[in-house]
Amino acid sequence: MSDIGHAFTFIGDNLDLLRRDTLTHLSIAGIATLISLVLAVPLGVWLGHLRRGSFLAINISNIGRALPSLAVLSIALPFVGVGRSTVIIALVVLAVPPMLTNAYVAIAGVDPDAVEAAKGMGMRPREVLARVELPLALPLIFAGIRTATVYVIATATLGGFFGGGGLGDIIADQATYRIQGVLAAAIWVALLAILAEVLLAGIQRLLTPRGLRGAPEVGPATAF
Amino acid sequence: MNALIAATVVPNFGGASSCVRDNGTFCWSWFSGRWGNTFWPALRQHLLLTTVAIAIGTAIAFGLTLLAHRDRRVGPPVTFVSGVLYTIPSLALFQILVPITGLTFLTVEIALVSYTLLILFRNFTTGLAEVPSEVREAARGMGLTRRQVLWRVELPLALPAMIAGLRIATVTVISLATVAALVGINQGLGVPIFDAIQGGAFKTELFAAGILAVALAIGADLLLLGVQRVLTPWAKARSR
Repeated sequence: MSDIGHAFTFIGDNLDLLRRDTLTHLSIAGIATLISLVLAVPLGVWLGHLRRGSFLAINISNIGRALPSLAVLSIALPFVGVGRSTVIIALVVLAVPPMLTNAYVAIAGVDPDAVEAAKGMGMRPREVLARVELPLALPLIFAGIRTATVYVIATATLGGFFGGGGLGDIIADQATYRIQGVLAAAIWVALLAILAEVLLAGIQRLLTPRGLRGAPEVGPATAF
Repeated sequence: MNALIAATVVPNFGGASSCVRDNGTFCWSWFSGRWGNTFWPALRQHLLLTTVAIAIGTAIAFGLTLLAHRDRRVGPPVTFVSGVLYTIPSLALFQILVPITGLTFLTVEIALVSYTLLILFRNFTTGLAEVPSEVREAARGMGLTRRQVLWRVELPLALPAMIAGLRIATVTVISLATVAALVGINQGLGVPIFDAIQGGAFKTELFAAGILAVALAIGADLLLLGVQRVLTPWAKARSR
């Protein structure tokens, strides 16, 4: 247990190192999340709007969920080589499925009566999407983004073993940082993930229309 | 083999054939040579780690679900605690547990079980909550006791959602169990991956272990999907 005490001493003594690695960590996670977002959310929204491709959207998430993160990293490594690109590519592969599926389910699951009413009011399909479906689906779309983001921040830690940098670098390098440094980074990254989850849950709450709040909360395990 | 006499290319992955020395894409002979003493035992170990974690996790989550079913106040704190556990990155949790429980099977299991709880508890309670109240009322009206309603009506109806939770938990555990090797625990399919990284990214070993882990996860998922279809033929198995 005294190891854990030493870990906190390490945190106190190495705030600069931790700050630098946290920034790297978050930038890797941020880049991967943004790329996944651009790839997955528009596609999911579009398929959901057409109410088409449910087979694709649901199965991508089933297969994606079954992909072990370390296996994806280790399969990507021979193709891309040691370094940040490998880590980012693997993270994108892991983050796309929950975002795509949530976006699809969110839009396709919008109350059909609301969509019909909007059509009856003379809205064109694009207006229905922009003014009815998207606002109603936003909380659930964001739930997918939140799940993926927290997952990416957690998994980026493994990147330390693949030359990705970030907080995993410290955990992967016990020779330099010794057990107290490794433990300190582990505790730090755990707190970082929890902080991200709490923050994103707060944003999700703000995006949820007041009337829908208090409905069963959509959290990390439902979509993933 | 006279490969040892020939000037070996660095890094020499302890190997003999030219494929291994050149770090070729996939060296079948190396893989089949290591199947019996490396990959098959790692795969079996991985399966054992997963099965034990799912069994313990299911027992705990089921107990908590019954408690929450009886007393509404149980749900929120269980969800909160298991949610926090679920959010901790696996590498960090393994690492934090090592000073306490050592580089052991127990360490892996504590971490793996803690990741199953949120998924299982949430799916179990959702399954029970989604039982239509008319059905419950009808069963009560037929004179079934509360306990009989639970075991004969509510739980069977909740089964599809419960097995869906088991599927998610199982693939999650298979995934996270690979990470244990990175903190130095010699268990499961993560061991050859870690070995390959440290040995200069030996491709054959990375591909072999990575693909085995993916195959195990997808295989387990499909198996449980089959179980779900057999046990609950009335419910069109919708994956959620």
